[in-house]
Amino acid sequence: MTEIETRKHWMGLLAKAKPQDVAALFEDVTLNPEFTYLRAPEVGGVMVQGRAGATGAPFNLGEMTVTRCSVQLAEGEVGHAYVQGRDKAHATQAALIDALMQTPEAERLRLAVLAPLEQSQVQARTARASKAAATKVDFFTMVRGED
Amino acid sequence: MYVAVKGGERAIDNAHAWLAEERRGDTSVAELSVAQIREQLSLAVNRVMAEGSLYDPDLAALAIKQARGDLIEAIFLIRAYRTTLPRLGASEPVKTADMACERRISATFKDAPGGQVLGPTFDYTHRLLDFKLAAESEAPQASEAEPAKGQTPHITGFLNREGLIQSEPESDETPPDLTREPMELPADRALRLQSLSRGDEGFILSMAYSTQRGYARNHAFVGELRIGSVPVEMEVPELGFAIEIGEITLTECETVNQFTGSKTEPPQFTRGYGLVFGQTERKAISMALVDRALRWNELGEEDQGAPAQDEEFVLMHADNIQATGFLEHIKLPHYVDFQSELELVRKLRREAETQSMPEVAE
Repeated sequence: MTEIETRKHWMGLLAKAKPQDVAALFEDVTLNPEFTYLRAPEVGGVMVQGRAGATGAPFNLGEMTVTRCSVQLAEGEVGHAYVQGRDKAHATQAALIDALMQTPEAERLRLAVLAPLEQSQVQARTARASKAAATKVDFFTMVRGED
Repeated sequence: MYVAVKGGERAIDNAHAWLAEERRGDTSVAELSVAQIREQLSLAVNRVMAEGSLYDPDLAALAIKQARGDLIEAIFLIRAYRTTLPRLGASEPVKTADMACERRISATFKDAPGGQVLGPTFDYTHRLLDFKLAAESEAPQASEAEPAKGQTPHITGFLNREGLIQSEPESDETPPDLTREPMELPADRALRLQSLSRGDEGFILSMAYSTQRGYARNHAFVGELRIGSVPVEMEVPELGFAIEIGEITLTECETVNQFTGSKTEPPQFTRGYGLVFGQTERKAISMALVDRALRWNELGEEDQGAPAQDEEFVLMHADNIQATGFLEHIKLPHYVDFQSELELVRKLRREAETQSMPEVAE
């Protein structure tokens, strides 16, 4: 993965994570970096688009709530976050993790925060996919009893 | 005409206090939490998100609690809240081909690749009241099987390969947004789809039903119905690339409709499209039927004068918040209006009486 793809991946992971999971895992790593807000956490709406017939021209489907935040560490690294929902602490923590992932703390955060978040998201997705799979119709054809 | 009348404050305050008490109901019964509504009345939550046009299950659940279960009132609360949110941007169009499908059925192809996945459906239930739900019981558990791998392909993709179905014109044009600009008619398809997706489920259902009963019949098959979650991506200006900003559940319905061809098009199938927030399949199927009915002009079909073909009629009456706002305002004080009507009727009666008097005298 390129650097941008790697960053996209963790930002997406943080955006989709449950706020309480991010808070608990981030607290456990006990990093309390000094930082300033470049943009204080702000709750807003993002217009979600779809495409006519799934592949045609875009249309506006409706909005979703998103909270964004940007921080700068005392050492200079800048972190951004756009997370689903209205939890400002979630957005701040996600922005801090994004900034810290650009520092020597990255490996520690990858193991202690990102990996468990990814694991729980994969688990949740697999659990639902498994239940869906159990409802898949298994057609069979009745053979008539004539020769 | 509106004239300010003072004097209702105390009555209004007391009415609202009583409303709050009634909302709580019998205090010997445990209070409902927002989380309980979100988890256990999830289809109501989905409807409020779809018609409130804001995806946020916690807010929708709160609105349902505040509205005492009146879903249109809850939708009103969500719409009002929505207007207070700064717009952070627009997402990339969601890729429903990448949906993690929890339900996916086709009424047209039994052996569709990816299979018929029923998901948590009311279909095939007996619609008999289940009195076991009235008692506390252990949490039920779903069966599991080896999950499917990879994408579930769209059914219309197969028809498209043979050229049997009209293809959707590709475009990346910025779509019109009726939350920013008042709706203008004639509307293009993008504006119609936005309006239908947030329109009242009952209204869209009835319009769709009218097409099935023969008012602009277009003989729809449900080519595919899929429900599941998709990631939402947005280009972030400060980064210069797109990131996932969340994940939402959507219901998508693609209908396949008969089309005998026109001067420019060979006989082929055409499409209707429905895409709605949440697990909302009645709405998504209805939306697809109405979308298809409204496309009569661009497909060169005959105007049968049917309500579902009438864009003005459908789009201007689909929004339940506009509708209920205008409808319910007539219960508010119109004392002065009515006073003048009263005067007018009295005057007309007096005139009628004086005209008929001379005849009596003769």
